Amino acid sequence: MDNFQQLFQYILTGLSNGAIYALIGFGFAIIYNSTGIINFAQGEFVMLGGMLTIFFLSVFQMPLVPAILLAIVVSTGVGILFERLAIRPLKDAQPFSLIIITIGASIFLRGAAMLIWGKDTHALPAFSSNDPLYIAGATILPQHLWILGVTVLIIIASRIFFNYSVVGKAMRACSYNPRAAGLVGINVKSMVLLSFALSSAIGSLAGIIIAPLTMTSYDVGAMLGLKGFCAVIIGGMSSGMGTVFGGLLLGLLESLGAGYISASYKDAIAFIILLLILFIRPEGLFGSKETERF
Amino acid sequence: MSRNIFRMILVLFFSFLMAGAVFAAPPVKIGALFSVTGPASPLGEPERNTAEMMVAEINKAGGINGRQLELIVYDTQGDATKAVQAVNKLIKDDKVVAIIGPSTTGDSMAIIPVVEKAAIPLISCAAGIKITDPVKKWVFKTAQNDVLAVMRIYKNLQKQKISRVAILTVSDGFGSSGREQLKLKAKEFGISIISDETYGPKDTDMTVQLTKIRNSNAQAVICWGTNPGPAIVARNAQQLGIKIPLYMSHGVSSRKFIDLAGDSAGGIMLPSGKVIVADQLPNSDPQKKALMSYVNKYRARYKVEGDHFGGHAWDAVMLLKNAMEKGGFAPAAIRDQLEKTKKFAGIGGTFNFSPQDHAGLNIDAFVLVKVEKGDWKLIK
Repeated sequence: MDNFQQLFQYILTGLSNGAIYALIGFGFAIIYNSTGIINFAQGEFVMLGGMLTIFFLSVFQMPLVPAILLAIVVSTGVGILFERLAIRPLKDAQPFSLIIITIGASIFLRGAAMLIWGKDTHALPAFSSNDPLYIAGATILPQHLWILGVTVLIIIASRIFFNYSVVGKAMRACSYNPRAAGLVGINVKSMVLLSFALSSAIGSLAGIIIAPLTMTSYDVGAMLGLKGFCAVIIGGMSSGMGTVFGGLLLGLLESLGAGYISASYKDAIAFIILLLILFIRPEGLFGSKETERF
Repeated sequence: MSRNIFRMILVLFFSFLMAGAVFAAPPVKIGALFSVTGPASPLGEPERNTAEMMVAEINKAGGINGRQLELIVYDTQGDATKAVQAVNKLIKDDKVVAIIGPSTTGDSMAIIPVVEKAAIPLISCAAGIKITDPVKKWVFKTAQNDVLAVMRIYKNLQKQKISRVAILTVSDGFGSSGREQLKLKAKEFGISIISDETYGPKDTDMTVQLTKIRNSNAQAVICWGTNPGPAIVARNAQQLGIKIPLYMSHGVSSRKFIDLAGDSAGGIMLPSGKVIVADQLPNSDPQKKALMSYVNKYRARYKVEGDHFGGHAWDAVMLLKNAMEKGGFAPAAIRDQLEKTKKFAGIGGTFNFSPQDHAGLNIDAFVLVKVEKGDWKLIK
């Protein structure tokens, strides 16, 4: 095992963790861009995705695919309820108050999950085999490929959706100028609702595909949510390639930092990057204030 | 007239009944503090269940020297403040003669000054070495010290002539205590730690640390943590194709670890209390009788498997019973008898208390077990 192989393993690990962060970051970006809110409950949808899938698998003995689909549907439902019950009634509130509400919602969801499912950690079976694949001496699990694949699919799908579909274009219009969008006949309220539905669906999907690797419990949401938040901040709050680069960069820096400096500083590295970017380039590495966010 | 006689008989009858109640000695009160709810409930719940089971059994068999026991349990919720309130209540209101528990080291340390001042013997069910080191006059404990687990692993390494190890510890209380003991004892067993890595309790990927370890020329890896971290380590090690032996701590010696780690648990070794392999022990093992009786009774009563934590409460109740049988029910006499306990074969190990040692166990408290075909296998 030479140094090159070691480096290559760090890079592979970093990229596959980075894809997870990017996927979670995506959910942040979608809501931010249509409402100006940073939804700190995003991590809890990641938790919900994983926990619900395990719940349907073990309690109702469902096969994997229906369990996953049902988990996404239920989490999306929770996202919609969250918007209807906690966000919409305060339509004229400042984004700042709404952000506080999302923090409250995240504590509520976490507490509810703990009461319903208990504090145990659970593992989801891998989608395909558990045998590692060897690439130039470094190893990667088939599940990592699933994560990378789903991330790529989501990027392509969101690009098509936001650029070519009428609804996607309407959502973009709301993000540029909600008042003008309203004047040309776009229902801004339902676009906001749709953005919550979309982001909770993506969040739960992320939670499901990572659960075989990272395992899941009622409290996984907080840390993963923060990492996703770092990714989207690095990417300049874009829901396009910026967030993907942000996530991959974060994953790479974390794994290289842990490998060549010390694993004790792994989380510190993520948050130092977050602070640096917020201080020096609040608009993100890949954006200026004027570029379009989609 | 006849009605009057009937009344008199009735009065006499009831006064005899009452007199019986007054003259029979009142039950001996024992206090118990367990974290039945809260974050440490996986410890406190089996402990409470076991203590209740044992007291019921002792009473059914006629009590101790003819006196029945009464167990008064309070829930500390793993909160030191609640533990102190509860211990004051036990001592001042309930007037207990001895206390078992609490479940956690934090709770135990918080109530030690109270029991020391009130001169009531305490048998803690928590593992922290500082509970009985330095020795406190009124405080004993039944859970095994971490250092015994470290020594059990090192002894096995020595036997296999392995001298270069890598350690991977979680950065919380349990992991840092383990890391300290691992480093402290290494020299004694001729072992050098050539790679010292840590991970965070919430980390979800340890491939980086394991890649580093793979590149060092360590002959074995020791991972110190509680679920789910070690299960992720096991999976990552399998992914990286690490072939050197992997050791875990006693912090994961429960079924849950095998469930979480799946296939990757195979071949992993760890030091453990004897409960999980009770039926595999040779008949010559002094603890075998107690272990089998505990495991069978617990399963019959609660329909789940007994575990190490319940075992700590079993030991505490039985140690108290022995002390009371010999010395009576005064707190000071119980304490003195506890300190004289020798060769008491319980669940956690064979206890030998002395004025210098209130933990009472040695390395025999742990056995080394290996995961084979999804179950624990005792290594001879």
